[in-house]
Amino acid sequence: MNATVVLRPKDYKSATKPVWCPGCGDFGVLNALTKALAGLALAPERVAVVSGIGCSSRLPAYTSVYGFHGVHGRALPVATGLAVARPDLTVIATGGDGDGFSIGGNHFLHACRRNARLTYLVMDNAVYGMTKGQASPTSAADWAGSKLTPDGPGIAPFRPLEIALSAGAGFIARGFSGDPNGLARLLAEAIEYPGFAFLQVLSPCITYRPEQLEYKALVSAGFEPLADRNAAFRRLLTDDGFTTGLLYRAPVSAGGSAPAPADLTDETATLAELAGEFTAARLRGAADHES
Amino acid sequence: MTPSFSLAVTGSGGAGVMTAGQLLLDAAALAGRYGLMARSFGPQIRGGEAAALLRLADRPVESPDDRYDLLVALDWGNIERFADELPLAADALVVADPGHGAVPAVIAAQTGRLIEVPLTALAREIPGGRPNMVALGLTACLAGLPAAAVETRVRRALARHGTDSVTAAIACLDAGRQAAAAHRRARLPVSGDESTADPTTALDRWVLNGNEATGFGALAAGVRFCAAYPITPATEILEWLAGRLPSVGGRLVQAEDELASINMCIGAAYGGVPALTATSGPGLSLMIESLGLAVAAEIPLVVANVMRGGPSTGIPTKSEQTDLNIAVYGLHGEAPHVVVAPTGIADCAPTAAWAVTLAEALQTPVILLSDQALGQTRTIADPPATALPAARRTAFVPGPTDPPTAYRRYAHTPDGVSPMSCPGMPGGQYTADGLTHTTSGVPSTRAEDHVGQLDKRRRKLEHHDYGARWGEVHGDGALAIITWGSATHPAREACDRAAADGLSVRLIALRLLSPLPVAQLEAALAGVRACMIVEHSHTGQFYRHLRAWAELPRPTLAWHRPGPLPLRPGEILEALHHLQAQQEVAA
Repeated sequence: MNATVVLRPKDYKSATKPVWCPGCGDFGVLNALTKALAGLALAPERVAVVSGIGCSSRLPAYTSVYGFHGVHGRALPVATGLAVARPDLTVIATGGDGDGFSIGGNHFLHACRRNARLTYLVMDNAVYGMTKGQASPTSAADWAGSKLTPDGPGIAPFRPLEIALSAGAGFIARGFSGDPNGLARLLAEAIEYPGFAFLQVLSPCITYRPEQLEYKALVSAGFEPLADRNAAFRRLLTDDGFTTGLLYRAPVSAGGSAPAPADLTDETATLAELAGEFTAARLRGAADHES
Repeated sequence: MTPSFSLAVTGSGGAGVMTAGQLLLDAAALAGRYGLMARSFGPQIRGGEAAALLRLADRPVESPDDRYDLLVALDWGNIERFADELPLAADALVVADPGHGAVPAVIAAQTGRLIEVPLTALAREIPGGRPNMVALGLTACLAGLPAAAVETRVRRALARHGTDSVTAAIACLDAGRQAAAAHRRARLPVSGDESTADPTTALDRWVLNGNEATGFGALAAGVRFCAAYPITPATEILEWLAGRLPSVGGRLVQAEDELASINMCIGAAYGGVPALTATSGPGLSLMIESLGLAVAAEIPLVVANVMRGGPSTGIPTKSEQTDLNIAVYGLHGEAPHVVVAPTGIADCAPTAAWAVTLAEALQTPVILLSDQALGQTRTIADPPATALPAARRTAFVPGPTDPPTAYRRYAHTPDGVSPMSCPGMPGGQYTADGLTHTTSGVPSTRAEDHVGQLDKRRRKLEHHDYGARWGEVHGDGALAIITWGSATHPAREACDRAAADGLSVRLIALRLLSPLPVAQLEAALAGVRACMIVEHSHTGQFYRHLRAWAELPRPTLAWHRPGPLPLRPGEILEALHHLQAQQEVAA
């Protein structure tokens, strides 16, 4: 990539037309992501966007960066493998609330703990859209809009920010798809964070959750960045689920976060030396050569 | 038939049985012998019964013998649980410590040759002495190993524990040797003569188990990423790699589960870094969905599946060849991938390396089917005669005039292999996808794209030249055994014994299990009148797999039985004679 070329957000979009419904919040997230990447002037070939299955997981194909669209729930392990094997890349995992918090919930916990350098962007609409409107882990217990759970799921919703904080994530934020500029700023900060950065994005599903059109009136930019984990827990006690902004940003060396993996070392041992470990000669030891 | 000496050292967990057994095998290597040592454990992590099962010989040996010539019991523990794993020769010698009670009936009934040696009492007379070292000195003497080799090995192994430990251990070895000498008439006829061993060649031999060999082969071929979730009996592959990957610039991540470990490997391999994970049946079951993704998205990677008794949790510490069906046929949809298997413990290294090269060359997952008998048995083997193969991926190279969007990741090519870009390559951007896609990787439901990509992926495997590694053929008899994996060496020994009886039997051992090398197999069967399929399973999975693809001679006898007991040459030989008798009746 010629360094003198100025990249614009549209340079990060592909020619593929999204499958999303008109008015879907995910369009705003795609716009925010391309804005953030342009703002950071990242070469498209040095960025990879990894996803699982669901409406929002279609996002990688709509970008011009490297993409990976895998199986349901496994975006984070794929992204982790890529980030650990290729620490020179910018790795972003994306997907929805079902993909990330239900079928992929275990990976979410352990990605927070592991603290590999990657950004996890969850487009949360509290519904399984691609399978036509079932309750998701973030649906309210009494949401009765699905034939699968006509009386509502009946279980308390998953609280992504609290869980991320408990599991040890060092960067926790919430954004709104209806505010692409604010979301792009949050995303840029998440991408630059030298560890695991979690960003929940309220992204309405106007087809199965039309009431989410009201999100615009409900969200408020109420989070002030905290560096103290206890303070972040206290702040979440009064969270209404619609407060946006950066909640918590741990100093990189904060407790609860594993150190970022060390850089790849040069090859210090040849394969012949490794094979030498198997030889019978090793069993008698160097000292015995003289005896 | 290999002249050899088989022995078992048993005792409660913590008695040092495995240490004594391993030092004995190591000493045999230093003395220029070949041999192997299997480990048998109860289900307990600590404190259960344990047995070190050794076979020593002057020629390479990777199969257990039919019976044991010597049993040395540090104590009797729960020996009943082991009894069927310890078939004793009619003239076998049993060495028992009278301080641990009478010889249990299950042992006493098998042989009349019992000697009592107070191993514990002898050790107590030596400050810092341990009964297992007394047993080691005694066993080495009865097995005809030179005392110097044992002492050299023990000095080296215990050096880090300080001179007091070494002095005590050497005194224990002496006490054990003297106890054996006191029972001179109990000494067994053993093969091997120290003076015939070439010490230079002997010291170059490898002493390793199949799991270590698998790790080494993968590393040598170019694996630089491993995602690991521990599972018996595969964990040693992961632990071996954990200690060595950093020295060649690689990385290992411990994953939260096997769903994660396979997907981490997919991520690394997508990033251009050759990747491997190791698991066993339960883990393979969890990985299956993602293996289908790797097929569809054309991601190279290797899963080393070390089989154990199944189904479900089964018998984690015992061997079986029963994951063949899931490895070959377990993926949903139609998902061509490669399944290979080593034909022995030492063969784990070159076959693991080959698995990596196949994955990278074909951009598809490869399942390497090892098993507990290969993975956790330690052997003394000649190092590979030829260099291990190194992996090479067909990489994307952008044309100077190509527009940035010209790259077609899944382009149709004559051999089905499309040049693969990876992140960091300008102009190579694409989205890898498990959805049916166009040649550019864009999701599609069109028949042309679906059939085109199915054809392309099948073509990759069909057009590949698998070379000489597809299998091994030994002998040219009109009777043949077809086998694979850890059944190979017992079957080969059965063939050797048959030859000694004047019956020539051809052995065909397959490394390439899927796609089945039908042409090579049928060529190897030319002139065969009757055939026997030998495998370690209850239902004959390998037999049915062969029947599905290849023309087999008539008659073809399916001979198989499940674990946990290892396959032994004698039972295979018996089946061969049965087949021959049938042939004679038919003639």
